[in-house]
Amino acid sequence: MIKKVRGMVDKVGFPQVILSCFFILIFMVGIGYGLSPLGMLGDCVARWGMFSVLALAMVPAIQCGVGPNFGISMGVVCGLLGSVIAIDLRIAEIEALVSISPMLAKLVAILFAMGLGALFAIPIGWVFAQLLNRVKGSEMMVTTYIGFAILAFMSIIWTVLPVQNGELVFAASGTGIRTTVSLGNSIGGALSGILSFSINDLVVPTGMLLFCALMCFIVYLFLSSKSGVALSAAGANPQFAQASGIKVDKMRTTGIILSTIIGAVGIIVYSQESGLMQFYSAPQMMGFNSAAAVLLGGATIRRAKIRNVVFGTLLFQGIMAIGVAVANQLMPSTSLSEIIRMILCNGIILYALAQSQGGGKKRG
Amino acid sequence: MDKNAFGKKCLSFLQRNAVVLIFAVVALFAMIASIQPATYFAGEITTRIARNAFLVLSLIIPVLAGMGLNFGIVVGAMAAQIAVFFGVHWNWTGLSGFFLTALLATPIAMLFGYLVGRLFNRIKGMEMIGGLVLGYCADGLYQLLFLVIFGTVIKIDDSRVMMTDGATGAINTIDLTPNIGSSLDTTPLLSVIEVAFYAFLVFQLAAILYRLMKKRPISWARHGVQVAIAVVVYALTYIPYVEDLLRQERLLLLVLTEFLCLFVLLAQAVRCILALLRKQPVPWKSALGYVIADAIVYGLTYIPAVYDVLVSTRVPMFTYLVIAALFVFNNVFSKTRLGHNIRAVGQSREIAFVSGINVDRTRIIAMIFSTIFAAWGQLINLQNLGTLSTYYAHTSIGTFAIAALLVGGASVHKANSKQAILGVILFHSLYVAAPAAGRELFGNAVVGEYFRTFVSYGIIAVALAMHAGNRLRELRASQNENLRAGPAGGGKPRAALSAVSRGFSVPGRCREGKKLKTSGEGPGL
Repeated sequence: MIKKVRGMVDKVGFPQVILSCFFILIFMVGIGYGLSPLGMLGDCVARWGMFSVLALAMVPAIQCGVGPNFGISMGVVCGLLGSVIAIDLRIAEIEALVSISPMLAKLVAILFAMGLGALFAIPIGWVFAQLLNRVKGSEMMVTTYIGFAILAFMSIIWTVLPVQNGELVFAASGTGIRTTVSLGNSIGGALSGILSFSINDLVVPTGMLLFCALMCFIVYLFLSSKSGVALSAAGANPQFAQASGIKVDKMRTTGIILSTIIGAVGIIVYSQESGLMQFYSAPQMMGFNSAAAVLLGGATIRRAKIRNVVFGTLLFQGIMAIGVAVANQLMPSTSLSEIIRMILCNGIILYALAQSQGGGKKRG
Repeated sequence: MDKNAFGKKCLSFLQRNAVVLIFAVVALFAMIASIQPATYFAGEITTRIARNAFLVLSLIIPVLAGMGLNFGIVVGAMAAQIAVFFGVHWNWTGLSGFFLTALLATPIAMLFGYLVGRLFNRIKGMEMIGGLVLGYCADGLYQLLFLVIFGTVIKIDDSRVMMTDGATGAINTIDLTPNIGSSLDTTPLLSVIEVAFYAFLVFQLAAILYRLMKKRPISWARHGVQVAIAVVVYALTYIPYVEDLLRQERLLLLVLTEFLCLFVLLAQAVRCILALLRKQPVPWKSALGYVIADAIVYGLTYIPAVYDVLVSTRVPMFTYLVIAALFVFNNVFSKTRLGHNIRAVGQSREIAFVSGINVDRTRIIAMIFSTIFAAWGQLINLQNLGTLSTYYAHTSIGTFAIAALLVGGASVHKANSKQAILGVILFHSLYVAAPAAGRELFGNAVVGEYFRTFVSYGIIAVALAMHAGNRLRELRASQNENLRAGPAGGGKPRAALSAVSRGFSVPGRCREGKKLKTSGEGPGL
């Protein structure tokens, strides 16, 4: 019996088991405090959808051999820039579209933002990939600091960007973009609102979940295609791949560009659900959060699968969602949930780093 | 021909110091653009050296140990802040309070350093990313301690450090002015010399007693001369002029410059006389060079603009003395046996292991040193600032210290104390100038602030990328070499091994049975 349990733990992974138990525990505690179980589930689902595309951006980067892309901010700023343009052009308020349906106008706006973001992400991802091809073996550190640097650089851009829309402009000085922009009149809920329904407290953002599933499916299709398999091979064993005629550097470039594009789309999905778009240094920890989610889902820093994204994001964000609610009951006026996030997110990454050196059994 | 060689020399100098030069130009540009008087910069930079130099110097030992830039110094800073918190709570004041706090911080930092070292041994080759992530993880634990555990598990009833009216946790900003604020900065050298004098006497007495007890021969002459020198030095402080100077807690930069000039002059004279006495060739040329440079520096102090700066800037003497002590320690330490071991581990773990060094233990020791120094550095920083921002004081010190070290021309596998000091000066020049420059150039001080953040992150990114690129190129070159030399060749490791056996004679236990990883040499990221 004990052997069986141990075998199962080995198969699923030690932190996964512990954190699943923790998830169930705080769910019980939440119910004990009189929180609505359906409401908590709704929070989980909402955060699951919010973060899963961002976490998905890790998969091509890990598969192509770069490792967790902590520099996802490269994609994030592209997505933010695309959204800023979409909001500034007031696409969601175009009369012709609004007269058909306000939802349609929002959908057009968000798709425009995503398209624009993806368009920016291609050259930026390419440049990023060229750099990363020159620093093989040290990608994690370089991506982290490039990510931090690009956010600081874009902070300068945000302060001087000549935007017209009053919802974007920083009210106090009249120039530059606000720290937090409300998306209520532009792309807020553009995906989540589609076909959404609610059971008591449980609100299901169907459109967003469908979109996430679509994104996952596209990445899955890509990874199963011929070039996707080549990309994975280039990541798994570069020397061997090179010998069998796969252009490793080209594959890594593809993986990074893909990761950057998904990051750009991901931040828009994230923002439309939360209804707020955060600029300046707010997305700084996005890379760590996304990486932690995928690693928690059973990925390693060398291999990742779509199911790691789905499971990991659900578990990680589930704990965060319920953690926030329970922490507010347990100790109001403290940032207990933020503390839990910091320990959990970075602890998971440290654990994955230690595992990657053969500190434990290999998984996945 | 000669001209060409000179040109090549210049080019290689530019290449080697590209980071320093580019940064110096940017900093100078920002300073000019900010339209602030030179006196302002001199004062600010003097303060900031006092604040940060110790922290930056704490990064040197891990670099020697091949562990790269120690992002784990954040953990050392946390140890210091825990100690400061209790120091304020227990009402430790003044210089003695500062040393008590340092005493409390040291064992905490040792424990943290040990744990960090243990972790880094499990993630060899990824110490930097590990240290960075660890810093964030430890930040969470630190907040857990200060926000949740203090006040609930550990009951502390003290309105100076804890939140009142129902809220839990430590307050956001703890005022250190009544406690250890400026304690180090305002200590005059006179008291330091007095304490050092009596401590020296006690030490001598203890040494004599110890030898008496052990019935060993005592060289009275040596002790006598040492005590006599100490007495003479101490007696010198009773000369009114000297006493007056030493009594000042913050010495004028002008006086300091004059003394430095005098010191250099005397040092050169002593050097020449010694050479004459030993009948060695006298280094006239270099001595003359020093004297001329000295004269030029002294002459510069008569230029009104320079004079203004020098008479308006005051240097906290004791703090600078402490920084100088770590500077000297770093240099001396690398020549001790432990220092040799650490450097051997830094050059190649495999070869160090083969030559009998306990690699894991050496790495842990390096981390403990670095963490303790980081804790002391943060204490110096905090006493200068005068306030403890409980939840934010430690967050950025890792990035800033590392950026400063890199700006000074250090890299991931090579750093020395001189680069640390140069880096602190350059980095903080830009740091002070950037907001004002942003205001002048863009009409917005925030732009300057973002710019300096961008530069500090960017410089780390560039330095890391450059290092990684070089490592990759070396790896490829050595691979090609090995291919050419054939499988039996393997010339490089053997040559390096013989270098180690020549350079470091390290008798010691060889830990057997523990297999070492053979994945690449040198520090990784």
